[in-house]
Amino acid sequence: MKTMSAHIVVAGGGVAGMEAAGTLAGMGYRVTMIEKDDAPGGHLLQWHALFPDRRPADEVISHFRKHTEHPNLRIITGTTVEKVRNHGSGVLVSLSGGAEEQADAVIVATGFELFDAHRKEEYGYGIYDNVITSADLEAMFNRGLVAKADGSVPSRIGLVHCVGSRDEKVNNNHCSKVCCVTAVKQAIEIRKMLPSCEVFCFYMDMRMYGPYYEELYRESQEYHNVNFIRGKVSEASVNINNRLVIKVEDTLAGRPLKMELDIIVLMVGMEMAGAGMRLAEASGMKRGINRFLESTDHHYGNNLSGLRGVFYAGTCTAPMNITDTISHARAAVTETVKYLNSR
Amino acid sequence: MRVTQSNKFGFTINRSRLIDYDSSDRKVREYVTLREPSFRLCFACGGCTATCTAGQHTSFNLRRMNTFIRRGEIEPLREEVKRCMLCGKCLLVCPRGVNTRNVVAAAAEAIVKLERNEL
Repeated sequence: MKTMSAHIVVAGGGVAGMEAAGTLAGMGYRVTMIEKDDAPGGHLLQWHALFPDRRPADEVISHFRKHTEHPNLRIITGTTVEKVRNHGSGVLVSLSGGAEEQADAVIVATGFELFDAHRKEEYGYGIYDNVITSADLEAMFNRGLVAKADGSVPSRIGLVHCVGSRDEKVNNNHCSKVCCVTAVKQAIEIRKMLPSCEVFCFYMDMRMYGPYYEELYRESQEYHNVNFIRGKVSEASVNINNRLVIKVEDTLAGRPLKMELDIIVLMVGMEMAGAGMRLAEASGMKRGINRFLESTDHHYGNNLSGLRGVFYAGTCTAPMNITDTISHARAAVTETVKYLNSR
Repeated sequence: MRVTQSNKFGFTINRSRLIDYDSSDRKVREYVTLREPSFRLCFACGGCTATCTAGQHTSFNLRRMNTFIRRGEIEPLREEVKRCMLCGKCLLVCPRGVNTRNVVAAAAEAIVKLERNEL
């Protein structure tokens, strides 16, 4: 079959890239997956457990390792896709370092980056030792120890939602979707690990949009005594006892509230990845006002780039959870195969 | 008079507790929105109130004041607008980019105009 010898380049080796590359290889196509880090896996490699069922991230990582072990699939690491352009009947792919790949089609799966918490200076990340991000907390879970910088056991932890999301001040009006449920998941994990530690979530809205997310929220109240305060934290500081203090309005009580905390966890949001932005600039791909890649139609063309033979998969188009990323990558595979068969 | 559940236990709504949206005064809201269109963007996160200098010492609450204006609740506004010191810290915090200080100024103006029958 002519199409089966087609060569497809997948830009990015995170969840979307691994799903698309592995699936296409399994169908008989020749696939080259380009990953910027030393190994595929993406952000999943940093995570300890996944929402909503707290499944170990390792399980999903091993699934993808198997999924991407295929003689048809070549993985190039430590490399980024710099530019794609139509060339003859295919797509010419320029890689960092100057190499080029001739492809019949390209799937862009360059993913997201976590918001750099230093940019919300008022929350004190990089200034106060015990202000950490949700990703830092996952690293603590991986080490099996949630502790303050001096090694002592925290007695009260606050999780601040919407850090770098829904915030005009950092040029991100979008909601990152997954941080609310991540906060609830992490709150439960802290309570299980440190039963005497109080946990507070500071939220603006609880966006429990996925299956079993609302149930997890309920579980956190019913079985784990997680506390929720509705208000956006305005600032963090340190008091005379060297303890963190946050200011927030308890909007449901209608009064300002201050609280001492041992650790502040900033629930960092999702932004378009820098590598993807450079690729988009160089290749003439359209981006939306939120800087993510803009497909030709957000209902029925949400894998289509508008460039011939170039398709989008995963969080390079919008914040997404893992389940939706996998679905979106599968849809990109369908669009790619449809395109190759129609040539 | 027949004793029913409602007159026995008083299951009626006290008029003064009710936000009667149908007969509320929209003029202040209209004036503030015209003077400061970003007023519409507030999503009631309370960041302004958390950082508010006046709010540490008085009952001033900008997030609640915005809601009063939106609902046409004029009475609580009259005292509320006087408490703001216009320091502008709320401007630095607001995630929706509301020109908060101008909202207070516009609300204060609206109250004066309302009293002069100029709204």
